[in-house]
Amino acid sequence: MTTGAPVPLAAGFGDLSELRTARRAHGGRWLAAALILAVLALLVRAFARGQIEWDYVGRFLTVPVILDGIVATVVMAVCAMALGIVLGVAVAIMRLTPNPVLRAVAAGYTWLFRGTPVILQLLLWFNLALVFPVIGIPGLWSGRAVDLMTPFFAALLGLGINQGAYTSEVVRAGLLSVDQGQYEAAQTIGMGRMTALRRIILPQAMRVIIPPLGNEFIGMVKTTSLASVIQYPEVLHNAENIYYANSRVIELLIVAGIWYLAVVSVLTPLQMLLERRFARGVAGGRR
Amino acid sequence: MNPVPARPLVAMRDVAVAFGPFQALRGVSLDVEAGQVLCFVGASGSGKTTLLRTVNQLVPVDRGAIYLDGELQGRRRVGDRLHALGEGEIARQRMNTGMVFQRFNLFAHMTALQNVTEGPVQVQRRRPAEARAEALDLLARVGLADKAGNYPAQLSGGQQQRVAIARALAMKPKLMLFDEPTSALDPERVGEVLAVMKRLARSGMTMMVVTHELGFAREVADRVVYMDAGAIVESGSPAEVLGAPREARTRAFLSAVIA
Ligand SMILES: Nc1ncnc2c1ncn2[C@@H]1O[C@H](COP(=O)(O)OP(=O)(O)OP(=O)(O)O)[C@@H](O)[C@H]1O
Ligand SMILES: [Mg+2]
Repeated sequence: MTTGAPVPLAAGFGDLSELRTARRAHGGRWLAAALILAVLALLVRAFARGQIEWDYVGRFLTVPVILDGIVATVVMAVCAMALGIVLGVAVAIMRLTPNPVLRAVAAGYTWLFRGTPVILQLLLWFNLALVFPVIGIPGLWSGRAVDLMTPFFAALLGLGINQGAYTSEVVRAGLLSVDQGQYEAAQTIGMGRMTALRRIILPQAMRVIIPPLGNEFIGMVKTTSLASVIQYPEVLHNAENIYYANSRVIELLIVAGIWYLAVVSVLTPLQMLLERRFARGVAGGRR
Repeated sequence: MNPVPARPLVAMRDVAVAFGPFQALRGVSLDVEAGQVLCFVGASGSGKTTLLRTVNQLVPVDRGAIYLDGELQGRRRVGDRLHALGEGEIARQRMNTGMVFQRFNLFAHMTALQNVTEGPVQVQRRRPAEARAEALDLLARVGLADKAGNYPAQLSGGQQQRVAIARALAMKPKLMLFDEPTSALDPERVGEVLAVMKRLARSGMTMMVVTHELGFAREVADRVVYMDAGAIVESGSPAEVLGAPREARTRAFLSAVIA
């Protein structure tokens, strides 16, 4: 294009250069905001005047039993999720091998553990001693099941193995999203299946895997509360124990709720960081 | 090394491949001498890609045998029986060949430099510093010294294909396979990739190239192979096959391509 004086408009087009663009009216937005604020104000007023002793909430928020509980919750969520991811990756890889036996075992695992309620699985693990009084490796080592199946261990197995069944599907979807050409290119530089998966396929699948996995992790933080049925001392279990003693039911439930929200709020930005890390090389992704 | 190379680098004997009921290769036999450049031409679906992929075992053969540098590919002879090789052995044999794909297939989550060092470091267990220096040298040789830190998505098609060539060369292969390396490129990008391939050919690399670039075949190929329906119809010097084809099918194909 040439530079210099602007080209005059052809006849018939009005000259707009002197006119200002008016801002669009946002009447609808203001109305919606006002309505929502009004509803919120009513809710706050209801809670403030309801039968809730807010100073109890403040007092119990940081008592040792509750703090121990939230630590136990976070520890269990992290451990069970770690177990779930390890199992999920292994099962997803098994489902994609040419070996029909491995494929069938993997499909059976997913079917069994997705098909039954997790609370039932927790109870089964916890009561394993009823079926197998002694567990161990014949000739090497053995122990009494009642001693081994502590609430922690039973909750870890129940939650982690169940999580593995869901995670395997998330991971499998991620692996399938990577172009077959990437695998072939890895083969042509002499990589075996496992090296190619670890170095080439999984890192690219992570971009697809992380958002649903973050979702699953947040779900896990809350699902740990089910472990209270097998006496695992997570935060809800401990809150219940306190209100059995002092009858401040709602206050302690609010305390537990605040802690769950706090943990989940920390997790969300962590997920964003991970997502950015694995967006490397994707058009539009960070370096 | 032998003063007189008695055997070809690649020897294919009666190689057949079927996909279900469909015969993609119907008994192909072919020798490639070390240092030769072979160009494969033929209509779509004639089996050129399949033939190339049998050489590095991306496609297993149903019948026949392929020898690379005297070594039977994919199987081992024990007494009077053949046993399929395990995955590790096949991976080791694959390192003797480099492959360049039509669609580049660079590792999308790695920079150009990481793409080139990945094989030497992870597969050949070479020292990272040494692999890196060699990779930078290879990238410079394909004219991409300044793009080492770019991800594939930040490179043009021609640049990606040149990185792919460098990645294959980093493994120090005895044989390079090219499957239509320029047909996914914009016309103005074709020349830069062909130039790299010409230099590689002159440096003495043995190459099997599937291409529609007849000008390249005329200039660089020692031998041109025309394929149709999973078989070799005719092969010879570029002047013979492209200039004065004996077979009617070759003539028909060439007049269609040049027209
Ligand atoms: N994995 C596969 N499964 C089934 N059929 C296949 C497979 N790969 C190739 N074929 C078929 O084998 C025939 C030969 O394919 P091939 O890719 O070798 O042809 P080509 O000569 O490379 O063709 P083009 O010039 O289009 O790349 C085609 O008819 C194709 O449809
Ligand atoms: Mg092809």
